[in-house]
Formats: sequence, structure tokens, C-alpha cells
Amino acid sequence: MSEPIDPGAPRPGASPPSPSPSSKVQAESIGDGSTGQEHPQPTEFAFDAESEAEIGKLIAKYPPGRHASAVLPMLYLVQRQMGRQTGSAWVPRVAMDAVAARLGMPPIRVYEVATFYAMFNTTPIGRYHLQLCTTTPCWLRGSDDVVAACRQATGIRGWHETSADGMFTMTEVECLGACVNAPILQVDDDFYEDMDFDRTLALLDALRRGERPKPGPMIDRITSAPVGGPTTLTELGDLGAGQPTASPAEIRE
Amino acid sequence: MLQDRDRIFTNLYGQHDWALDGARRRGDWDGTGAILARGREALVDEMKASGLRGRGGAGFPTGMKWSFMPKQSDGRPHYLVINADESEPGTCKDRDIMRHDPHKLIEGALVASFAMGAHASYIYIRGEFYNEARNLQAAIDQAYAAGLIGRNACGSGFDFDLYLHRGAGAYICGEETALLESLEGKKGQPRLKPPFPAAVGLYGCPTTVNNVESIAVAPTIMRRGASWFSALGRPKNTGTKLFCISGHVNKPCNVEEELGIPLRELIETYAGGVRGGWDNLLAIIPGGSSVPLLPKEICDTVLMDFDSLRDVKSGLGTAAVIVMDKSTDVIKAIWRLAKFYKHESCGQCTPCREGTGWMMRVLARMVEGRAELEEIDILEQVTRQVEGHTICALGDAAAWPIQGLIRHCRPAIEQRIAEYKRSAKPSRGPAMPLAAE
Repeated sequence: MSEPIDPGAPRPGASPPSPSPSSKVQAESIGDGSTGQEHPQPTEFAFDAESEAEIGKLIAKYPPGRHASAVLPMLYLVQRQMGRQTGSAWVPRVAMDAVAARLGMPPIRVYEVATFYAMFNTTPIGRYHLQLCTTTPCWLRGSDDVVAACRQATGIRGWHETSADGMFTMTEVECLGACVNAPILQVDDDFYEDMDFDRTLALLDALRRGERPKPGPMIDRITSAPVGGPTTLTELGDLGAGQPTASPAEIRE
Repeated sequence: MLQDRDRIFTNLYGQHDWALDGARRRGDWDGTGAILARGREALVDEMKASGLRGRGGAGFPTGMKWSFMPKQSDGRPHYLVINADESEPGTCKDRDIMRHDPHKLIEGALVASFAMGAHASYIYIRGEFYNEARNLQAAIDQAYAAGLIGRNACGSGFDFDLYLHRGAGAYICGEETALLESLEGKKGQPRLKPPFPAAVGLYGCPTTVNNVESIAVAPTIMRRGASWFSALGRPKNTGTKLFCISGHVNKPCNVEEELGIPLRELIETYAGGVRGGWDNLLAIIPGGSSVPLLPKEICDTVLMDFDSLRDVKSGLGTAAVIVMDKSTDVIKAIWRLAKFYKHESCGQCTPCREGTGWMMRVLARMVEGRAELEEIDILEQVTRQVEGHTICALGDAAAWPIQGLIRHCRPAIEQRIAEYKRSAKPSRGPAMPLAAE
């Protein structure tokens, strides 16, 4: 599968581009996440103690004989363990085999799942995974600027490439489902919302320093409420009383 | 305008406690055992009487869907599967329910499962919602610990288990049968229907798949009554709805309002109006990326409900309102949606697998203007050949935005082509062999 050709991108065999009369889409897709290039694969994989402690709980969610349902959670487990052990959260082939063996599935069934779903990295990635939404709602709000800022700060040119220092991998993702806070930059598991060029540079700077800024809106705003504060849910009386419980997401590991 | 006292999602923005104590203060889990004591039939009837239409996009009546489940088990278990794979571009409502009001969803899962004789339910949440899933799982754990779900849920004598399952980045898994395939540990490729999930669903058992919002409003409907819910909105388009207003507005936001609110009022009251004023509006996609856009003259007056939007050849979809002002290159905006569908096609049916890429590539040339005028009609014809010729509705969803573009913005495409031709060097010959790649 090759990256779809963006309008305006140079095409093989095409005549040199003539001056375009109107908004031309910038050439932007150079790299590709699945070029078929073979990456060095580790020769062995074993679940560590932390993963082992989870496996039983994962499988217990599904009825007897339906262990295959646990394939997505198991692949997540692998990816997380790889991140823990190697600093690169990805799923090598040998780990897919380990998942297949554990769930009693033919390995091919695990391979096809691991390659069908976009969130499994089948090649190594950098320390931080920058996942940039460029779908229409984010694009309307300036996702091109977020992409440009990430490129400038990391030196990465194409998609699914890793910076020379191994710190960042940039991936173009489709709609992340947080569109009223567009544009979104997802770093690993966290959504950074209401981004722009400068806020993106500042975020990447912080990541380089080893900091993890609190996810959510990067402007003065309460989650998905309008800027300036909610205009509804203001007359609830004591229905809305009570102190917010710290959410698991706020308790940083 | 909807009053706060009639709003269901009273912690939409997460200003208050999302956990069990806060949820109880907001009225969740109040008398749930008594609701279940009314019996299965009564709950299905109440849901039918409320007129609730599914909030995931298609708008199928929820009560009727519940009634399709077998009344007696033939030995196979029944399942409720909750579709939390919110991925339709523009849509971000279920996210707020799950991170800020998770107990509404959990209580709804119990009520709906009881009404369908399902002792187990799975919530399939999109993988990217990692932090939302952690909140929701914590809330599920609280509900188990408090005896609200699990064995003898709420003292009803009914045993009920609820599990959270994370997807992994595939839009197609929002299609109900693809979701079931994915939940079974396979690639998310839709199944042929019939058999429908109510007969053969998850693990071959009777299954109903409902959207998060549809399930989360159920307990409030049961408590306040179908007549309260159906008095809101418009006939056949009853109740309240979460709207997501994104794009070129001054204050993008989520908000709960009555179905049938005028689109212009929705945007001007809650989202601070269109950037640069209403007259700076170019077009709006009123229901998520899959529905055709509407030009300003329709947006001036259209009402936001299923039937009103269908009458103008668009749809309410997920009620995700994507606003584009006059600075927008609308051809490029729709090209980007075409690219989305090309990326998300599961590859199973040829018209969709090949068609989405073909349509994207032709649109890419039209963004530049590097096309022939005749190709506009050819593109339109191809969308008709994709639409209705695939197992699931992704093919339709890929076709409709392009049809909307051609229907309402054809002059813009023609102008782009003419400008390109004017600026092209004479020696270049035709822009491209007709509709070829």
C-alpha cells in the first residue's frame, strides 16, 4: 500500500508543475509507514512480569473458548512492554507469534490484525509518537501549522519517519474525535488540544526536556465548553455540586 | 431554547465530579432497581414511546431495535454491545459522556441489557480514547464495588457484567457488524446482513449494538418518562441531542439542545457565530463527514433534525456541525474527506476499495484544476456506482460528501478548471486523459 498522492505532489513522469492558479495542496507525503522495507526484527520476545500480571485479567473478559477476542488488548500489552523495555513502543513479528501461541490462534490471524489496525506500530518508533490529525475539522482550524511546527522542531520531512536523535516519530492520523478542540496533536496516549504553531513548538520543547505537560486544551478553556466559559449548565443549583475526583488520566505515572 | 432543567448531560464539560458520588448527586443510580422491577416489556415500551432515534448516525428508533431481540433465550446468551468507536470526523460527543458522565452510560447499559435479557455487555471504545477509557473503567469498577452491576445488580436479582474493550484505530469498526468482528478478534470487515445481529451477532448470539448517547439517555427517559422526552424536539424527532460545533466558528463547543433547533440559532447562540459573521458563511456539513454539505442559503433556515435535514438531501448523522467560512477551499475540504474514506475503506468490496481511491485522486486533480469539465459528471456517476453497491455504508458515506460538493459547488470546480487551463502552457496539451489516473 502506498501513500495516496496528495494533490500538488510531484508525480513520476509528470511534466514540471506549472504555476497553479489557486490553492495548491503542498507536497507533504514523502514518507510512508508501510513501504515494505524490512526492519531488523528481534529474535525473541517474552512477556515480562508486568505484562503477565495483566494477561489473565484480559482473557477473563471474554467467554470460554473466545480467547481470540483478547488479541487487540494483547497487542497493546506487547507495544507497551516494548516501550518500557526498549524505549520504542512497537510490535515485532516474534511478539505477534507469542500472542498467537498464548491465545491459541494461528500466527497469520495475529499478523492480519496487527497490520489492519492503525494503532499498532509494526516498525520501531521514536521516544515520543507525534500523531497529527489532519482530517477536515482539524485542517479547517490550522492543522497545517501544527504539521509545519513539528517538522521545524524535529527535522522530520515525511510521515512515519523518526528524527535523527530518535526522539520523535511523526504519523499522520485520521480524525481523533475531539473536533471542537481542533487542531489536535496526540503524543503517545495524550491529546493536546487547541494547538497552533507556537504552542506546538513549546510542547515539543517541553517533551525534549523530559516534561509531560498536562494534556487537554492548550488555551484557557474548560474541556469542550466554549472559550470564555460554559453558557449552558449554569443553573443547576446543587445538582452540580461536589469536588471533582481526580481522574486516572490526571494521575501521571 | 432548552432549559438546564431539561438537560440530561449535566456534567458535559467535566466541571463536576465524574465519579460515583458526583453522579449520584446528579441523579444517576436513583431508584434503578425500581426501574428494572417494571419488567422487560415495560422498559421496551417506554423506550418506544419516547421516540428516541439512535444517536449514532442512522437514526433508527431505539425502542424498536430493542424489541427485535428474542423474548426468550433459546439457550444462547444475549449481548448488548455499545458502540463507543466515535470516529466520524466532526464528532466528539461520546468522548464527553465517557470521561465526564460515565455512570449515565453504565446505568444505561444495565437498563438496556435488562430490557433485552442480556446478562453481559461490551463497550467498544476507540483505541485513541485511552484516557477516556481509564475514566470509564474506573467508573465501572466503582459500580461493581457498590453492587450496582455484577451479581444481583441494584438488588434486582438480575446478574449483569459490563466489559470495556478498546479498539485500535479503524473507523470501519464503528459499523456494527465490523465492530462485532473486531470484538471477536478479527479484522474489522463488515458482515453481510441478513442475518442481522439481533439473530446472529457477537459469538453467533443475539446482539444489539447501540450508540453511547442512545444508551446514556435511557435511564433519564425511564425516570422522567417517555412523555417528558417526547415533548422535547419535534414530532418523530424527539428529545435532546448533543451537538458538536467545529470549524470556522468563534467558539467551537459541544452543547446539548433540542432536536429541531434552527442551525443558525444553534451556531449563533452557543458557538459565538460564524467567524466574520453569518454572511461570511460558505457551507456547513451538518451531521459529520458522511453527510452532504449545505450551502449558506439552506443553512439560513434549516432545522437540525433527522427529517428536516433529509428533506434538503443531507442528514443529521451524528449532529457534528462542521462550519466552513468563505476563506475555505471547499474542494480541498472535501478532497480531505475523500482521503479519509480511502484510508478507512476495509478493502472488502471492490466498489469501495477501488472507488474511494479513484474518487480521491480525481478530486485531488480538481483541487488544482487539472481536470476536464466533463470529468465532473463522470465523478458524479462514479459516486453513484459506489453508493449502494457495498456490504456496508462506508461506500455511501464516501460518495455523499462528493455528491454534495458537485450539487452545491459545481461553479467553484468549473472555475478552478478554467483558471488552470488559462494558466497552463499551450504546449502541455490536454490536462489529463479523461478521468484517467
